[in-house]
This record gives sequence, C-alpha cells and structure tokens, in this order.
Amino acid sequence: MSTLTRSLPLLAALLALVLFPLFGSSFYVGLVTRIIIIAIFAMSLDLLIGYTGLVSFGHAAFFGIGGYALAIAFQDASVIHLWQALPLSLFAAALAALVVGWVSIRTSGIYFIMITLALSQMFFYYFFESPRYGGDDGIFLFLKPVLMVGSEDILNLDHENNFYYFALSCLVLGYLFLVMILQAPFGKVIKAIKVNEHRVRALGYSTNGYKLVSFVIAGTLAGLAGFLEGAHTGYINPAYMSWHESGVCIAIVILGGVGTLYGPIVGAFIIVLLQNFLPEFTEHWQLLLGGIVIAVVLFLPRGATSLLPRIRSLIRMEKSISLSQEEKAKGDADG
Amino acid sequence: MARQVQDLIIEAQGLHTYYGDSHILHGISVSIGPGETLSLMGRNGMGKTTLLRSLLGLTPPRRGTVKIYGRDMTGAPPEKIVRQGIAFVPEDRGIFPNLTVRENLVMAARPGPDGRKDWDLTRVLDTFPRLAQRMTNMGNHLSGGEQQMLTVGRALMTNPDLLILDEATEGLAPLIRKEIWSVVRQIKQSGIAAVIVDKDIKALLELADRNIIISKGRIVYEGSSKELAANPEIHIQHLGV
Repeated sequence: MSTLTRSLPLLAALLALVLFPLFGSSFYVGLVTRIIIIAIFAMSLDLLIGYTGLVSFGHAAFFGIGGYALAIAFQDASVIHLWQALPLSLFAAALAALVVGWVSIRTSGIYFIMITLALSQMFFYYFFESPRYGGDDGIFLFLKPVLMVGSEDILNLDHENNFYYFALSCLVLGYLFLVMILQAPFGKVIKAIKVNEHRVRALGYSTNGYKLVSFVIAGTLAGLAGFLEGAHTGYINPAYMSWHESGVCIAIVILGGVGTLYGPIVGAFIIVLLQNFLPEFTEHWQLLLGGIVIAVVLFLPRGATSLLPRIRSLIRMEKSISLSQEEKAKGDADG
Repeated sequence: MARQVQDLIIEAQGLHTYYGDSHILHGISVSIGPGETLSLMGRNGMGKTTLLRSLLGLTPPRRGTVKIYGRDMTGAPPEKIVRQGIAFVPEDRGIFPNLTVRENLVMAARPGPDGRKDWDLTRVLDTFPRLAQRMTNMGNHLSGGEQQMLTVGRALMTNPDLLILDEATEGLAPLIRKEIWSVVRQIKQSGIAAVIVDKDIKALLELADRNIIISKGRIVYEGSSKELAANPEIHIQHLGV
C-alpha cells in the first residue's frame, strides 16, 4: 500500500475538519475544539505508550500544568500575549516532565505506572490545597490570548472560529512533528526500546536518555493541550490533573489505536462525543460508555482505527479467494 | 587513554555470576586478544550464555573483574561496555520486529571506537545480498536465516573490534548455515576478533584459534583447535559427542 492511499483517509478527515466551522453552529465548533484539544493530549500520550513502551498513568499532570501556567501568570493581566503565554506553558510542562521523567524512567512496567501516578497526584494535591491558586475552585481567566504586532491584533482567540483553527493548526503541527521525530534516528531507537530495552542497550545506546527525551516531548505536548483548554474554557482547576483524567486519556489512546498517532485523535472524537450525548439518553450513561470501551477492546484489540485496514484486507482476501477458485476451476477444466 | 596494540580486548578474572540464588559461574577467567577467534563449547545450561552476558554487563557478575582494553569495566552498564568496540549477536537474534530491515541496520550504525568506518550499509548489503532484497520488510517478516543475517549485519554496522556470536547457526537450514559460516570466516580474515558459541564443533575447530569448554560454570578445558581435534576423548567427556 502506497503512502498516498494510506494517508488519503487522514487528508479527507483534515479537509472535513477545515471546512467544519463553515457549516457547524458555534456550539458544535466549540465542542470540536474541545475534541481537538483532547486529541492533542491523547496523541502526546501515544508517543509514550505506543512508541516508547512507557505506560504513564500521570499524563494529566502536564496537561494541568500547561493550563495552570497560563492561569497563574495571566489571571490579572490586562492582555494575554500569545507569544508570552504559550512558551511559558510549554516550558512549565516541559520542566515538570523533565523532573517526573527523570525519576520515573529508572523504573519499568507496573512500577513505572505507580510512580507516574504518585508524582502526578502530588501535583494534583499541591494545587488542590493551595488557596493562592484557588484551591479546588481553580482559577478563572477572563481574557483570551491574542497575537499582536504593535497595536494591531493578528490573531484574537476570542472568536470561536479563530480558536478552532488555532487548535486545529496545533493538532496538525503536533502530528507532523511527531511523525518527523519518529522517522528520525531518534524514533527508531525509541521504537526499538519499546520492543526490548536490553537489546538496545546491548547495541550501545544509553536508553534512559532516549526515554527521558520522549517523556519530555510528550509532556510538553500535553502542556500545549492544557494551555489550549485553559484558554478555551477560561477556567482551570485541579480536577484536570487528577488520575481520573490520566485514566481517560489512556482509554482514549487504547480505544483509538495504540501506536498510530491518528488513533488517539479518533479515540478523542469517540469518547468526547459519547460523553456529550450519552447523558441525554440515560443517567447511567457511564455504564454504557464502559460497555462500549470494553466492546472495542474485545472486538478490535488494535483500536477503532484498525477497522479500516481490516475491511480492506477482508476485501483483498475475498478477491484472492475468488481468484484462486477461478484458477482452480480453470485447472479442473483443463485437467 | 591511548590504546596499546597489545592490550587484550577483554580480560575477565574470577567471574562469579548468579541468577537470584543459583550460582551459575564459578570463578571463570577468560581473555580475548585483538583479532583472535575464541570458541566457547559446552552442553546446554553449562553457563556459556551467562558468561557472555557477564562480560557484556547484561548480567553483571557478583564477584570478579572485567577489563576492557585494560580498563576496569566491572559493573558498568552494557551500553558503555559495547561502546568500547564490542558487538553482540544474541541467541534469540534480537531483531526489532517493528522496524524495517533498513531501519534495523541503520539504527545501529556508528564508527568504531577508533573512528574506523569499514562497515557501512553498502558493505553489509554486499556481504548479505539477500538483505538488500528485503530492505522494506518489517523485521518479523523475514525467514530465520534472513533474521540471523540481519543480526550479524546489524552487529557489523557498529564497526566492532570484537564480535560475539551466541548460537548464530542454531535452527537454520544447512545451506544458510554454510553462508553464515563463510561470512564469519570473512569477518575473521578482516581482523575482527570473535567469540563464538555454537553446536557445530567441526566448524568451530576450523575457525577458532583457541577453544574453551565450560562445564557447570567452570572452564574444564582450554586449548588450540589442533590439540582439541587430536583428542576426541575430550569432546566425548565434556560435550557428549
């Protein structure tokens, strides 16, 4: 299968997303913006789970820190300059990921899960119990970031459509960035680490450095998502950092398809849409949501996005079966 | 620190290695000089692979010392040890199934510790023309023989001074075996030292300068191929053949 046919569904999806605000009402544009933000968050976790083999159960901490950095630094500002706020959020998330990663990559398997969980809960409780930062009420932001040159604003995120396209650009650039690093030598080493870390060390690579860089990249991207969420809703609270959010993020990655990058984007659509519309049918909607997740894991163990290649290979199999039957029939006739 | 030409690549003394409570190596001392080919023989479970893993730092010895080019590297992480110019071809082949043949090879590429770049992708593919036809295959979409060639090729991409082969021909068809042995011969001729573990005693005697037989974690015999070939009772006693 050529690269083009493989990326065709992706390009079609991108086109649909680009055109969406022309047709969708502002409520739906806002909803899809939220999905895009969650997609960036989940995609960043896929770099760890799907490519590096690190199941982080504390990824929400970096999402929260991205949002808090924005809210703490700019809650009383008269204008939020995008070029100041965004790098600050990314830096804060990267720094937190560096510290958490430095401690946790020394462990593996279940211990890695436990230590990332524990460290992220420390961040959660720090903000939960800090009256300065609003405690469990969190922080409100009354302004949206703007990009200004002189006194002219080039990009004002106050408009829903502007925000939508900004978030979409972040998703696309984030995706391309991850594709690029995965194709670089660095990406090959982390993929190899996922299969067998000992083997990579026996080839002469100091694997801890690679795992740490991967962890920091993922954390920074999660921080980008947190920044967008804080800016979009104008509100950030500790719940964004809780282990519950980390768990939902893992579920999104698994549901969409681990180790694909686009799988988590699809997963984000499925989960956020279900979270929004299931409650309309029943108050026990979480039960239904759980059932759907279980069904996907059972019947599509490689995630919802494995459905398409599966159908393709089924069609191809049908074809080759009918071809071989024809040949057989022909052979029988000849014989 | 400048390397002396006469320095031994590996000089290990009195290695005692354990897996948990089980004592596997009982004070083994072994050395490999530049360009030398050493064979390791012994029945299954006698500690051959453990010895290799101890030398490489994959299973560090509890007692004893490992010197690489005269420098004490006991307890150093495997990546530091192999960076001194050692390449390891493990028993299970160790292909990365989620990388293509090309990626498997290229990810290992680096100049030797002295800056040598004798082995690059072109030369590895000349040595293993079969791999050249499989460049875009994923690592798990290869026959056993191709996987073995890929592992040896990947090891050569690191431009090693010493190649360690653990059961490189195990489970392969006779023709493929022959191909692997002929490559090992070429490698030997190019001046790369080798430590080879294998069941094919005839091939080992032909290649090796020196042979070591291990039994129950101890060296029970050490001698030249000529001597070992002349004394078949040694094989019978320690190898059961």
